[in-house]
Amino acid sequence: MAKKRVVTTTINGQSTEFLCEPRQTLLEILRDTLRLTGAKEGCSNGNCGACTVLLDGRPVDSCLVLGVEVEGAKIDTVEGVAKADGLDSIQQAFLENAALQCGICTPGFIMSTKALLAENPDPTEHEARFYLAGNLCRCTGYDKIVRAVLQAAKAKKSGN
Amino acid sequence: MATDIRETTGSQPKYKVIGSRPIRHDGTDKVTGRAIYGADVQLNGMIHGVILRSPHAHARIKSIDTSKAEAVPGVRAVVTCKDLADPGDRRVELGEGSIILKHLSANVLARDKVLYRGHAVAAVAADSVHVADEAAKLIRVEYEVLPPVLTVQEAMKPGAPLLHEDVFTDEMGEKSKQPSNVAKHFRHEVGDIAKGFAEAAVVIEREFHTATVHQGYIEPHNATAIWNHDGHVTVWCSTQGSFTVRQQVAELCGIPISHVKVIPTEIGGGFGGKISVYLEPVAAILSRKCGKPVKVLMNRTDVLEGTGPTPGSFIRIKMGADASGKITAAEAYLAYEAGGFPGSPVGAGAMCVFACYDVPNGRVDGYDVVVNKPRTNAYRAPGATNAAFAVETVVDEICEALKINPLNFRIKNGAKKGTRRVDGPVFPRVGMIESVKAIKNSEHWKTPLKGKYRGRGVASGFWFNCGLKSACSATVNADGTVGLVEGSTDIGGSRTGIAMQLAETLGITAAEVTPTVGDTDSVGYTDVTGGSRVTFATGWAAHEAALDIQRQMVTRAAKIWEVPAKQVKYIDGCLIGPEGKRFTFKELAAQINETGEPIIGRGAADPQQPGGAFATHVVDVEVDPETGKVEILRYTASQDVGTAIHPSYVEGQIQGGAVQGIGWGLNEEYFYDAAGTMKNSSFLDYRIPTCLDVPMIETILVEVPNPGHPYGVRGVGEVPIIPPPAALANAIYKAVGVRMTRLPMSPPNVLHEILAKGSSGQSR
Amino acid sequence: MRDFEYEAPQTVAEAVAVLGRFNGQARPLAGGTDLIDQIRVGRHAPSVVVDIKKLPELNVLELTESGLRLGAAVPCYRIYGGCDINQKYAALADSARIIGGIQIQSRASVGGNLCNSGPAADSTPSLIALGAVAVIAGPNGTRDVPVESFCTGPGKNVLAPGELLVELKFPPRPAHSGSHYRRFIPRNEMDIAVVGVGVSVVLDDSCEKFVSARIALGAVGPTPLFATVAGDGLAGKSVSEKSIAAAATAAQAIATPIDDMRGTKEFRLHVTGVLVRRVIEEAVKRARE
Repeated sequence: MAKKRVVTTTINGQSTEFLCEPRQTLLEILRDTLRLTGAKEGCSNGNCGACTVLLDGRPVDSCLVLGVEVEGAKIDTVEGVAKADGLDSIQQAFLENAALQCGICTPGFIMSTKALLAENPDPTEHEARFYLAGNLCRCTGYDKIVRAVLQAAKAKKSGN
Repeated sequence: MATDIRETTGSQPKYKVIGSRPIRHDGTDKVTGRAIYGADVQLNGMIHGVILRSPHAHARIKSIDTSKAEAVPGVRAVVTCKDLADPGDRRVELGEGSIILKHLSANVLARDKVLYRGHAVAAVAADSVHVADEAAKLIRVEYEVLPPVLTVQEAMKPGAPLLHEDVFTDEMGEKSKQPSNVAKHFRHEVGDIAKGFAEAAVVIEREFHTATVHQGYIEPHNATAIWNHDGHVTVWCSTQGSFTVRQQVAELCGIPISHVKVIPTEIGGGFGGKISVYLEPVAAILSRKCGKPVKVLMNRTDVLEGTGPTPGSFIRIKMGADASGKITAAEAYLAYEAGGFPGSPVGAGAMCVFACYDVPNGRVDGYDVVVNKPRTNAYRAPGATNAAFAVETVVDEICEALKINPLNFRIKNGAKKGTRRVDGPVFPRVGMIESVKAIKNSEHWKTPLKGKYRGRGVASGFWFNCGLKSACSATVNADGTVGLVEGSTDIGGSRTGIAMQLAETLGITAAEVTPTVGDTDSVGYTDVTGGSRVTFATGWAAHEAALDIQRQMVTRAAKIWEVPAKQVKYIDGCLIGPEGKRFTFKELAAQINETGEPIIGRGAADPQQPGGAFATHVVDVEVDPETGKVEILRYTASQDVGTAIHPSYVEGQIQGGAVQGIGWGLNEEYFYDAAGTMKNSSFLDYRIPTCLDVPMIETILVEVPNPGHPYGVRGVGEVPIIPPPAALANAIYKAVGVRMTRLPMSPPNVLHEILAKGSSGQSR
Repeated sequence: MRDFEYEAPQTVAEAVAVLGRFNGQARPLAGGTDLIDQIRVGRHAPSVVVDIKKLPELNVLELTESGLRLGAAVPCYRIYGGCDINQKYAALADSARIIGGIQIQSRASVGGNLCNSGPAADSTPSLIALGAVAVIAGPNGTRDVPVESFCTGPGKNVLAPGELLVELKFPPRPAHSGSHYRRFIPRNEMDIAVVGVGVSVVLDDSCEKFVSARIALGAVGPTPLFATVAGDGLAGKSVSEKSIAAAATAAQAIATPIDDMRGTKEFRLHVTGVLVRRVIEEAVKRARE
């Protein structure tokens, strides 16, 4: 078996070390080694976005990143989105708009939305739909998700 | 945009909690990533299982040699069907359909034959999932490959390859002499169809093909089990029904149900596909063999190749109407794929096929046909969408032939109180006609659609909904809140809808109820989360628990006040006694522990009148005449929802169902090669809609209360998937003049019709 | 997933040495969005994965008067992030913007897309249309290969064991030039091209005549196809429905599509003609802007 390596990274602002085999994906490390199970595995080939995390600020499918690749990187997961003083406005908007049913896609959507609004604070409905097309939801028909994203953009602009 | 039409138009809302939109109780856990789903379960000492699956669609298993896998360092157990109990010939009820136990067992781990590609054959548990995966590949299975049969029409032909030696046709109650791929043929009849067709001014007869499709939940199946040394097994899994999992695991492992505890985790979608077991018994026997907790997960390919699908079908519909547009007769031939084992939802399809209409003379023939595809399972109104695609297209043709507005046709012929379905039942008060009128009055319908290659289509759908059994218990806390433990696993926010009914009855707020989904040891027997039954039946159980609390609170107040109980009334969340004596719920709750025994409400329900649900959808499309691609411009869905408990989640059910129906209509299909290998077993090529493929889905909630429920609840979850394929087909016809009789209406299929007709320039 | 070793060399020379040492048993890892899935499903079984995404030479993104240099590991999002590339090498930006979802574009590179050598690769027709040249490093130094000669079959290309794609070089864009890439997919995003078309046109000063055109097709043959007859036929012709239709017909003539789960042969042939026409029209529109 290939030698395990020690990888040092920063996850949700916290310096983190883990031991991993080259064949272990970042998703597997997050979920099974670090027990951050917020990122979900839906397809394991980059088509559903349920495992979306931010890698150095960019949204990635963590099922298509090897654990050994993130040496020195900064990773943000859904577990780090809420702060001690409350939920992020994206999370709040998802709740208020009933933008989740089963909730399995929600962490991925929240991370993609975070990246979207960082890049484009005032997206149109079409821009939001284009950016989020790599996140699949089978329950909601997307209507309420898109509304939540647009509401979160408004809330962020007004400083909430 | 969402509209809400109440049948009871009072100035005051009828309820305080019902009809409001509180934030769901499990919401924070789900937006922070803290909610624990099946695959998130972590146990001390846990190891990982992997399933070996058949590479062949149809083969006899000659031998299985597991020795090489067992020799791999880190491998702790290898199991095959021999490790399951002898299942026998009994039939068991699974909540949304029943199955013969030996078929269920052979589906979990194949016995003498594999019947579809992806059929589970053996399983390995090892210290890491990677080791298990590699070890599974070392299991040597010797197969005698047999020719596969992949469609109902092929499978029904004389001389077709036989899947089972022991399946005989149940031919309207008689058992056939020869084994057959046709497991069942049944018939429903009313009136005299020959006479009905003779009276018709127009008769349309068409044939339809629909593709096999999958529920497409984003969360793959999962199971974690510990087989304890006392012979008791605990199973964690995401399931639509913890009690049915308990029963299935017990039956397949040959142990009493009391030895199985199922702890339902949060569940990432089901739509009918997470009722029958796949991994749970395998995790259990792996754990029994190695003495450790074992977790088994599917990947997406396993899910598509080994679970789910809802059947592809071949359907023939003949309908006649007189010159005034009144239906005189209707006939349906429904042949549905069952997959590898008998049990397609053709029965439900036959109940729904003509249910939107008053059909005086009708006949429905249904055929359940085994083919070399995964064993089919329930999928949101199972069987009804296939049938509606066919019927609603034929209705559109009749309207065209008679030059009748399709909504007026539906109002004229629509089912109402007293209408008898072809299969027998007579409708109570239902909202078919109201759902059509709501579309007729909608801004969408009243806004003309302009532009070339654009068309508007409508279609209706019916689903009967289920009642079944539910249980809960509710404990009054000293701070005036109530802890509710209910047995329905929550796929879409149902625990809040249930809690709201308890809150309404008690006169407290939804936030003052803390709902929890119980495991099989902590709550009474509850049937599956399916059949659009949870808000209806478990909500009723919660109402019963609230009434039980009311009675106990009345007794307690009477005891405190030292008055006879009959002098105490429970009104609007307050206990009212004689001489101005009064407790709020909260005030009395604070005294419970000082004044007697705890107050625990018991709720159980087995309601018999779920009240069917009707929906009518309208869609505007634009078709690219050069590529056949269909773009959805606008979509509105109206539905009789009984009483909308939490309107946001009712709208969500409608929007989600509509988009699943759109996916089914336009792009989703199991694509097989001649050997029976699915060529698109990933989310890359099994194309469910993305958010860029659909517009906002406008909803109109029509509230015709169900007389069979204390709050008028009707199930809402299933019917919205039914109309979309037909509505799209009718819109495509208006846009480019081609009648689509085959699903999916994917660009190649639509373009093929356009080119065949040479009508790309034609716009209606 | 099958076991493998991981190497992250610091220089191109080291990378070439590692790749050479494993003689075909090593796979370079750039964005990983194809490779990791291919290892998972067993389509590739490398003994070692060589992470080349941090090599500086493979991260060059430089637009100068002498053209565009695109490092083989530059992720898609960096391509459409720069306005000049969007404008000058529009077809390339069109491709980068629609490969997978946003998450894929954070990682996937055009170089990786080319080396994966899928017939339906979304960026390869753009590279061919824009006249890109692949710069390949190997044990014996570097060599240049025009992109239209790079792929040799489904999943196959001219890279010998030990060779590594370092960058893609694009010639400068002449005046009155325009380019576009479009694909046909059943959904609006996230699908593999059923047909893909990349076109670059150069117009004369009046913008009424084609000076030259390069047309490339994806997903209608065993490799991306360079439709030379279709493109050359436009040279000197007026921009007209007729000349564009003739190019579309000529492009259709070289397509040899298959039937699969993404489309039928009949469908792909028909759509090739439709798409070539539409993509030329858009490229012309851009050339005139």
